[in-house]
Amino acid sequence: MIKAILIFNNHGKPRLIRFYQYFAEDMQQQIIRETFHLVSKRDDNVCNFLEGGSLIGGSDYKLIYRHYATLYFVFCVDSSESELGILDLIQLICFFVSVCVFVETLDKCFENVCELDLIFHMDKVHYILQEVVMGGMVLETNMNEIVAQVELQNRMEKSEGGLSAAPARAVSAVKNMNLPEIPRNINIGDINIKVPSLSPF
Amino acid sequence: MALKIVKGSIDRMFDKNLQDLVRGIRNHKDDEAKYISTCIDEIKQELKQDNIAVKANAVCKLTYLQMLGYDVSWAAFNIVEVMSSSKFTYKRIGYLAASQCFHEGTDVIMLTTNQIRKDLSSPNQYDTGVALTGLSCFVTPDLARDLANDIMTLMSHTKPYIRKKAVLIMYKVFLKYPESLRPAFPRLKEKLEDPDPGVQSAAVNVICELARRNPKNYLSLAPLFFKLMTSSTNNWVLIKIIKLFGALTPLEPRLGKKLIEPLTNLIHSTSAMSLLYECVNTVIAVLISLSSGMPNHSASIQLCVQKLRILIEDSDQNLKYLGLLAMSKILKTHPKSVQSHKDLILQCLDDKDESIRLRALDLLYGMVSKKNLMEIVKKLMLHVDKAEGTTYRDELLTKIIDICSQSNFQYITNFEWYISILVELTRLEGTRHGHLIASQMLDVAIRVKAIRGFAVAQMATLLDNAHLLTGNTQRNGICEVLYAAAWICGEFSEHLEDPMQTLEAMLRPKVATLPGHIQAVYVQNAAKLFATVLRKHDGETESQAAQETSQLLIDRLPLFVQSANLEVQERASCILQLVKYIQKLQQKNVEVAEEVTALFAGELNPVAPKAQKKVPIPEGLDLDAWINEPPSESESEDEKPKAVFAKEEPKHSRSRHTEVDEKELARRREVRKQEQANNPFYIKASPSSQKVYDAPGVEHIPVVQIDLSVPLKVPGMPMSDQYLKLEVERRQKEKAERKKKEKKKKREKRGKERKADSGPESEEDITPAHQVDIVTEEMPENALPSDDDDKDPNDPHKALDIDLDKPLADSEKLPVRTHRPEALKSPAEDRDSESVPQETKKKSGKEKKKDKEKDRKRSKEEKKKKKKHKEVEEELLESQPEEAVQSEETKEAAAPPTSTSAEASDLDFWLSSAPVPPAAQEVTAPSSAAAAVDTSSAAAPESEPDEPKDTEPEDTKSSKHKKKKQKKEKEEKEKKKKKRHHHHHQHHSDAGGEDSVQNGTVEEEEPLPPMSNYSLLAENSYIKMVYDIQGNHQDESKVVVSVIFENKSDSFLKSMEFNVLDSLNSKLQRPEGAGAHDSLTVPFQLPPGVSNEARFVFSVQSIIMPQKLKGTLTFIVKSDESSTHEKLDFKLHFTCTSYLITTPCYSDAYAKLLESGDLKGSSLRLEGINMPFHHLLARICFHHHFSVVERIDSCASMYSRSIQGHHVCLLVKTSDQTVSIDAKCDEPSLLGNVLDEIKQTFSKC
Repeated sequence: MIKAILIFNNHGKPRLIRFYQYFAEDMQQQIIRETFHLVSKRDDNVCNFLEGGSLIGGSDYKLIYRHYATLYFVFCVDSSESELGILDLIQLICFFVSVCVFVETLDKCFENVCELDLIFHMDKVHYILQEVVMGGMVLETNMNEIVAQVELQNRMEKSEGGLSAAPARAVSAVKNMNLPEIPRNINIGDINIKVPSLSPF
Repeated sequence: MALKIVKGSIDRMFDKNLQDLVRGIRNHKDDEAKYISTCIDEIKQELKQDNIAVKANAVCKLTYLQMLGYDVSWAAFNIVEVMSSSKFTYKRIGYLAASQCFHEGTDVIMLTTNQIRKDLSSPNQYDTGVALTGLSCFVTPDLARDLANDIMTLMSHTKPYIRKKAVLIMYKVFLKYPESLRPAFPRLKEKLEDPDPGVQSAAVNVICELARRNPKNYLSLAPLFFKLMTSSTNNWVLIKIIKLFGALTPLEPRLGKKLIEPLTNLIHSTSAMSLLYECVNTVIAVLISLSSGMPNHSASIQLCVQKLRILIEDSDQNLKYLGLLAMSKILKTHPKSVQSHKDLILQCLDDKDESIRLRALDLLYGMVSKKNLMEIVKKLMLHVDKAEGTTYRDELLTKIIDICSQSNFQYITNFEWYISILVELTRLEGTRHGHLIASQMLDVAIRVKAIRGFAVAQMATLLDNAHLLTGNTQRNGICEVLYAAAWICGEFSEHLEDPMQTLEAMLRPKVATLPGHIQAVYVQNAAKLFATVLRKHDGETESQAAQETSQLLIDRLPLFVQSANLEVQERASCILQLVKYIQKLQQKNVEVAEEVTALFAGELNPVAPKAQKKVPIPEGLDLDAWINEPPSESESEDEKPKAVFAKEEPKHSRSRHTEVDEKELARRREVRKQEQANNPFYIKASPSSQKVYDAPGVEHIPVVQIDLSVPLKVPGMPMSDQYLKLEVERRQKEKAERKKKEKKKKREKRGKERKADSGPESEEDITPAHQVDIVTEEMPENALPSDDDDKDPNDPHKALDIDLDKPLADSEKLPVRTHRPEALKSPAEDRDSESVPQETKKKSGKEKKKDKEKDRKRSKEEKKKKKKHKEVEEELLESQPEEAVQSEETKEAAAPPTSTSAEASDLDFWLSSAPVPPAAQEVTAPSSAAAAVDTSSAAAPESEPDEPKDTEPEDTKSSKHKKKKQKKEKEEKEKKKKKRHHHHHQHHSDAGGEDSVQNGTVEEEEPLPPMSNYSLLAENSYIKMVYDIQGNHQDESKVVVSVIFENKSDSFLKSMEFNVLDSLNSKLQRPEGAGAHDSLTVPFQLPPGVSNEARFVFSVQSIIMPQKLKGTLTFIVKSDESSTHEKLDFKLHFTCTSYLITTPCYSDAYAKLLESGDLKGSSLRLEGINMPFHHLLARICFHHHFSVVERIDSCASMYSRSIQGHHVCLLVKTSDQTVSIDAKCDEPSLLGNVLDEIKQTFSKC
């Protein structure tokens, strides 16, 4: 069983977390911090297995991780998983992320999953992950199958107009609302502050 | 214009999607928290909108914030709203958010049941997929119970995409709702052979996960997995299966034998490291489970070790790590083959990777022997010096101590060396493990008597140089060692050369800076030393030295009296007063030494750490009961303390104090000793270990000279190295001596065989430096040996420890969604179905209606199905409550064990016969058979159990021809049934699981004729009784007689009473209070044409002879116009066979049994038997309750056990038409009778 999948960057900022067992939010953050602490002090040329996260698991659990450029991919698994298998799986997932989310980066080496790509498409990465791991168990390892399923779902989303179309519809919804009511609920001052944030960074 | 600006801003506000949020957070690095809180405010606004798109966008952002650690549970209801959107895009967002933040405590979860159910049955496979994925993360016991049936249907969905997800989620459902495991298991097993590899992989995954926790329930699946292993090419699946076998082999060694070959093939052929590694791991597990010493397996061990060596030598750190990990598993059983790679492992100690170093350390722990312990520890000590990080150094320190102290200091040949190692370890800077070293010192000094002199000398040096240890405040961890040093010096002070000096060292003013508990030990032991000094100078009149000692104490102790630590202060002032008193006596020239030493007489023995826990609770002691009546609430609190104070009488205690004189003291001590001697729980000194003052002195022990004036750091070579050298020399010397001796011996006994241990330095050759008497730890008398202290009672997997081979009971059917099982919950449910889709209702009321209609239709269909079910159920129910005559216990005792033993014998056959025909496997798996029983019992007429039964030997001739006819009829029926269930054709069940023994033998093409053990008891025109006798597993003097009553008449039979004339040997068990001749009421009535079964328990004393009991059944025949009293006599025949219980026996145990020579033999020849050998075996198995141990061609060994534990072994051989049976049993007359019965069985066919 996989107990958790954590992706964070070199500073310990979470980029994607997926717990297959319930932990409260503060506990989750604590686990991320602890794991980061354990993983970050290790050289790149040491082994990728770690025993003894005190917060998650216990003696039966292992941390298996890979470090790509600015990102750490950490799996917390128990003894029923094959260590080397999970290492392969991490590589596989990185590959999927680059293939499925960013079609244009197909030619890129998959070991260079860009952190920025991941941040802005957290939801999509989640959807990919769901096709690979479900409820803590490995669902599918056949590459073609996974890519095909993700593609199909993306296509379906597009046919529905996608989430990207949501704001447009939201705007139209707002336009249909009774205008005088709105300003009461909105702090105009706030909006002014937010304007600069929209410029691309 | 202004309006336009406002509008534009609003547009932008709604523009903010996930990307904008992330960008915003990145741009507000300084005030992230503030920015996020404004964002959350916005999100709250957005969630208030009616537009589902806006909501979905908000929920998506919340998911991101949740990752950052923000609690978003307040939006749970909105998440449910988004989940119930009809659009896949939004639904997916909703389920994602739910899977991230829902848990069992989320109360809105119960609102989702209907929504999820709807999604599960959605025509769009991705809706279903998303729902399954989400559910896998937040499934609760309630959801699991309500949806189990829906998910089960999805397991047979047409789309593999859905199937695999449904299969996988079943594991979560099982965890939350264990009752679903048994009904769902047959289908899950089917999925192991699904055409889609993904589904297959998922099923393997789930079963492996289940089996890992409760392996014994899944042993019967071994053949199936074996087939998968040899056929599958998917490495993931292979790894899982191989891992599973690793968990199964400890339970079934024969499985291991079967596995070795394919696994070695895989090891040789695979290129995938992960697969290779798992294969090696499982081979190791197999080797561990097999009894060691089998010569043909040494090749496998060699192969494993060799492959692991390649892994460890690999440059990839991961492989190195795993190699070491697996190596440590081999170490436990085959230390020799690992020890040859010591070089490699010591090399790993130098690795830069800490994980690898730690693994190597673990390995070293198991690799030590008497021979190499000193060498290895020396190497480790070098590493201790080199190690940079304190954590690693501390780890090294604990490992050194672990290695040395393992299994009661088994490998230490020289304790002086060990003590010096410990002393050297005290020089470690900043270690946290001072107390560990201290406890080792104490342990060794207390338990190894011979070492005490040396230890005391060393400790005295330590005390003398205490400033070295305490000088640095950072090293305070190590000062714990002084605790041990002080105690050892005090307790074994008779070994001290100069107690005066040590006493002085212990009373230095600097001691006051030590932690309180150490000071307390110092003070106490100073008093012990004082006693020793007094004793030394005993007899010298006006001893100057003794008086000086008293003066020293009187001078120095006041420092401790002022201590802030209560313990120190108390002890110091106590001892100070004592010394003052003694000084007075000394001045009067009174001999005091004797009395003072008596204060500290007696010896402490080590007590095992679990001793307290193991003290059995004496009979009649209820720890939860109140000793005194609890104070009643009415007693007000304020009067209580008053009473306490008023009652106290200080005068009284004072006067008592003064009265005590020396004699009285002595007398009391005597009394106390007596008391302690009689008290089993008091840890007392054994008479032999009473302190003897002039016993083996210091000079007795070969002490290495240590210059006490030199500070602890010996320049140049550390002390332990000297020991190493000494030890080597000593061993060489011994070896040489032994060789001489051996030569002599050889000369003397030349003709005799060579001694086995003459090889170079085997373990036993190394004798300890001095005879060491390791005192074992004390345990309380009659302590319970059980060691299951470490089982976690909260493990959720415990609930899944379910026997999967038992046939399904009707009560176990999964709840079908006709209506909710609990009335309480339904209102909530209704509310949710109204309230959740509030806004969708407006939009899509029509859709809703359609849905509802569909739902209704579906439920109708299901109701129909249910009805069918119900009819069957009702039929069964009719009979069920009436069935058990005796308590349910007997029923349980009789029914399940037969099925388990049957399962075992199935597996036996697979394990013993090499090629496995796949058809046989399907039959082999008992749960599919169970399913078959289910379906067949649903379809076939209920009258089956009352079918005429095959007969037992005692049948009379008169019924014979009739019987034949019945048999024919039955066979016909059987055929019909087969037609009906052709896919279960091999299953001929007439009495549930009772015939399952024969399942195992159906490996050949020819099906067995149907068999039954029920034989006719009696019959007349109204009623017919058939019966079967079976032994009771739990009670060695009870047998259960199952009698089936069949009403043959057109009238109603009622008030049936069953009575038996007891013999001296056998008695019918009657309810308490009933007389010895009272009859038992059969707890049911029989309508015309109906039959039913009742069970009666008999107690038997001797089982070696068959016997008959006479009995009568009385009943009332009630027809429309009249009712008559009728009576039927019968004879119950207890055959010796009926005392036998089918018991599986492994071939090795079987061989041992035969070798033991306790069994007496007998034999039997049967001529003219022309039935296939496996039919013959099946008959013996079935009719005489035997199980096959091993079968080779036309020869088989069989085993059974009587209820009183007699072993019965058969060797059955056949050639042509002759069958010879050689039998052995520890009870000849029982054996004779059993053989006679076997003969009868075969004479009839």
